[in-house]
Amino acid sequence: MDELNQMYNELIMEHSMNSYNKKKLDRCDYCELGHNPNCGDEIEIEVKLNGNIIEDMAFTGHGCAISQASTSIMIDTLKGKTVEEAKEIIETFIGMIKRETTSEEELQKLEDAIAFRNISNMPARVKCALLAWHTIEDILNKK
Amino acid sequence: MDIEKIRKDFPILEGDIAYLDSGATTQKPKQVIKAIEEFYEKNNANPHRGAYSLSIEATEQYENTRTKIAKFINAKHREEIIFTKNATESLNLIAYSYGLNELKQDDEIVVSIMEHHSNIVPWQKVAKATGSKLNYMYINDEFEISDEEIESKITDKTKIVGIAQVSNVLGTINNVKKIIDYAHKKGAIVIVDAAQSIPHMKIDVQELNCDFLVFSGHKMLAPLGIGVLYGKKEILNKMSPFLMGGDMIEYVHEQETTYAPLPNKFEAGTQNVEGVIGLGAAIDYIEQIGYENIHKMENEVLEYAREKLSKLGYIDLYLTPNKQNHSGVISFNIKGVHPHDVASILDSLNVCVRSGNHCAQPLLRSMGIDSTCRASFYFYNTKDDVDKLVAGLEKAYKMFEKYIAK
Repeated sequence: MDELNQMYNELIMEHSMNSYNKKKLDRCDYCELGHNPNCGDEIEIEVKLNGNIIEDMAFTGHGCAISQASTSIMIDTLKGKTVEEAKEIIETFIGMIKRETTSEEELQKLEDAIAFRNISNMPARVKCALLAWHTIEDILNKK
Repeated sequence: MDIEKIRKDFPILEGDIAYLDSGATTQKPKQVIKAIEEFYEKNNANPHRGAYSLSIEATEQYENTRTKIAKFINAKHREEIIFTKNATESLNLIAYSYGLNELKQDDEIVVSIMEHHSNIVPWQKVAKATGSKLNYMYINDEFEISDEEIESKITDKTKIVGIAQVSNVLGTINNVKKIIDYAHKKGAIVIVDAAQSIPHMKIDVQELNCDFLVFSGHKMLAPLGIGVLYGKKEILNKMSPFLMGGDMIEYVHEQETTYAPLPNKFEAGTQNVEGVIGLGAAIDYIEQIGYENIHKMENEVLEYAREKLSKLGYIDLYLTPNKQNHSGVISFNIKGVHPHDVASILDSLNVCVRSGNHCAQPLLRSMGIDSTCRASFYFYNTKDDVDKLVAGLEKAYKMFEKYIAK
């Protein structure tokens, strides 16, 4: 019960239902579709780079509150970072979800994305939280 | 029927769980669990292989269950019953051993849009391999397949028709009798997917006159991993084996083999004997309660669920208005809320429903949706389960309400 309210908190609900990051960019350097065939979730992530810096990001698509919020919060966290910084943050996020990264100092880098810390208590929803992060990981690795 | 007494047979239902996912798999009564335990404690040996009494006993139990199933669905011959892993394997067996061999360029396969992926994907493969065409019967506004649709899609070119007797998403009971009669007039054979129907209704394969019928044990109180293929003897006899190996042979030479007669021809390798024994016990349990009572108990709860859910203004229901055509499955969505979120919130209240596309992506796509929540019922469910579901939905709606409104 508490776990549920912790997860569906104000921050996550706002991001999932009314995200300002849910839009199309006027121009993008990278664009990738992520999907979970099991649940039918599909998100498309767009990235605009300025040199080595992630200048802008946006997403479109549909999915559950957890996957939508995770995508939107991820964009807030990664925008303005260098590609290397972003890769580190992604690794930390995935590590946190898998309960491999527990260092508080390390987790602070995630900013608002730390809100998904307890998703591992809801095993059925882990893949929802990870969808966007795996998708952006693919984009940056291709670069 | 004393529902409390019946529920006591199902150890997992103790406590306050509202299990509304019997369409995925049913819970198992003690009688089934005990039968499997007893088999391993007293009768375990490899059937058809040993000359000693223990193996003969195991063979007898295995083969007696085949006879029991033949009677259960009123098959003419016991060897028309083939044991498989599940309905999916049964359908694959038909696709590989019948479809690939019998279909030719420009022949047509017809299935309904509400088929499970297991009655679609194998036919895509057959269509591609043989140059035949896969056509669909679509649903109308009442989530049913109309007679006109049946008659316009099944043509003189149709050779195979696959139809679910009950949809695992909509709960619609299809008019399989009408489809079978019409398809036969056009010279096609008909495969009935009874996975969602046989737990709830009496099936008589001779009366239906279907050519094949498939079902899974685990959706009718039996263990996971045991399924049945029924096929008319004359058709099964003409078909080549699906899997090769032990027990399905007669003489094996270095380069050639002759095959065993039915049913062994289609049962290669050591079978899931505990599954067969469990399925036998499940059938005994169903017959002891009786389909009439099952129908009565289910219908009372289902009726109550339909009534309660239709009063929730924030819900979309995907349901035929014709009650007599509806079996124990209700798909729905809270408008604007993803079914996975709803399922998680229900789970926090110990209410188990399925969410997603239910292995029926073509159906959902044709309905213009990606996924639904699905509550599915069996005779052990109560009005109390429905009340828990409704309370959970109220909670989910309240959590999301102010965000949806924006």
